Amino acid sequence: MIDYSKYLNDTIKDIKPSGIRKFFDIANEMDNVISLSIGEPDFQTPWHIRDEGIDSLKKGKTWYSPNRGFCDLLKEICSYYKRRFNISYDDKTQTLVTVGGSEGIDLAFRALIQKGDEVIIPEPSFVCYEPLTVMAGGTPVIINTKNEDNFRLKAEDLKAAVTDKTKLVVLPFPNNPTGAIMEREDLEEIAKVVIENDLFVLSDEIYSELTYGGRQHISIASIDKMYERTIVINGFSKSYAMTGWRLGYALGPAPVIEQMTKLHQYGIMSAPTTAQYAAIEALRNGDNDVAHMREEYDMRRRFVVDGFNAMGLSCFEPLGAFYVFPCIKSTGLSSDEFCTKLIMDKHVAVVPGTAFGKSGEGFVRVSYSYSIQHLKIALERIKEFLEELNYGS
Amino acid sequence: MDKLLKLLSTNSDFTSSEIAAMLGEPEDYIKAQIKEYENKGIIKGYQAVVDWEKVDDSYVEAFIELKVTPKKETGFDEMAELCMSFDEVKSVYLMAGAYDFALIVRGETMQDIAMFVAKKLSAIDGVLSTATHFIMRCYKDRGLNLVCSDCENDGRHLIL
Repeated sequence: MIDYSKYLNDTIKDIKPSGIRKFFDIANEMDNVISLSIGEPDFQTPWHIRDEGIDSLKKGKTWYSPNRGFCDLLKEICSYYKRRFNISYDDKTQTLVTVGGSEGIDLAFRALIQKGDEVIIPEPSFVCYEPLTVMAGGTPVIINTKNEDNFRLKAEDLKAAVTDKTKLVVLPFPNNPTGAIMEREDLEEIAKVVIENDLFVLSDEIYSELTYGGRQHISIASIDKMYERTIVINGFSKSYAMTGWRLGYALGPAPVIEQMTKLHQYGIMSAPTTAQYAAIEALRNGDNDVAHMREEYDMRRRFVVDGFNAMGLSCFEPLGAFYVFPCIKSTGLSSDEFCTKLIMDKHVAVVPGTAFGKSGEGFVRVSYSYSIQHLKIALERIKEFLEELNYGS
Repeated sequence: MDKLLKLLSTNSDFTSSEIAAMLGEPEDYIKAQIKEYENKGIIKGYQAVVDWEKVDDSYVEAFIELKVTPKKETGFDEMAELCMSFDEVKSVYLMAGAYDFALIVRGETMQDIAMFVAKKLSAIDGVLSTATHFIMRCYKDRGLNLVCSDCENDGRHLIL
């Protein structure tokens, strides 16, 4: 019998698997489960976008693309960032097409982080930043964002976390799982700390098209003197409902993109060709689809926030992404207990806030990327669950 | 498009408080707005979308093309009213193109519909010809997919 553990990399062995999985495995074993746990659009990719992908296949365009992505796509990405967020990037030196936004995050970390570097990560947030930092040899430094701050990153907390080893700050907004956004004033305060301490920023803007309540996403790269010290990560998954196509991109200073391109070239070679043809169409003619989906999400968002508040689980108003993050402390249960009991008793799957960092304790993540009808049934079951909890106590 | 009407036209089963939440408006305002639409005849009624194939009752529908001679004074309207007056007729549309009216007609059997066309519809003064197409299966009605067997199955997977 081979002892595999002696062959395996210790750093990787020590990394814990994602905490979301546990509930998924329970849900899989059950019948009649209503899930509110999925973190991807329920919409299918709009037809005209799918058609372009299909058409490229019919025409036999089945070869590798250039390492950085097709020229047309790089140009469209740059013109999109200029049009939507008023930031100019050079398509030849400052843009890289990646396999989803996730690859871009990994590449940026590996291009920037050296052993001993500290990376500041606000939590609760998407589960990949911490393990990817560790895999790149860095040390994660967690900042807990708070409900009373609407889960925004506060400059004073950032300042307190900075040491002489700090190199990079992750800005995961609009945020998964809280739905928090950062407004211009918040970003200006953050920028001051970043510039004073000569840090770099990775701005994960994958949910940039999904902001509500009249707010438009502001990229920190558009704040004075931040352009030269920010890597922007974005992609097609959330805005165009293209998760399965696996396509994202990174934008930033040419010397950083150049190093990321090397990693991409040797590790991945190039992003999927078919997806790139579809993505060109998405950027050229997809604005109406984005607006339509945003409006739908917004309606569901209000419906779900209202539902939770009405049943007594206080829920701050999320202004981005497609999650709500209700506080469940009033039940006296931990996040994990709440989710386990909810799925066992009522067959409703939500994700414990702790899957996104310790500061998620006392909260659960509820995705509203579902039809209103589905959300309605789920909310009714959660309401019953709470009533039975109260009755029981 | 009016968001309230759009919502109700996709699902009239929403309560006014649900609609109020979705649209971010006070419930009283939504109630008043619905009342107003009803009073003005903008909202004509509320119906369930039924998949009759799943019900034991006999149910046949036909799509009928109708060519007519318009009346001198009233044009097509009088003819439309005559067609509408039959209980068998579910919908009446005035068409541009090769024929004048399209009717959706309902009966318990094909024979019912055949008799209706032969004895009642064709007998109307001014009807020049009819062409009856029996509907074999309804796949989609008022925006709802009636046949998709895995509509309820979420094809998504939890990844992270």
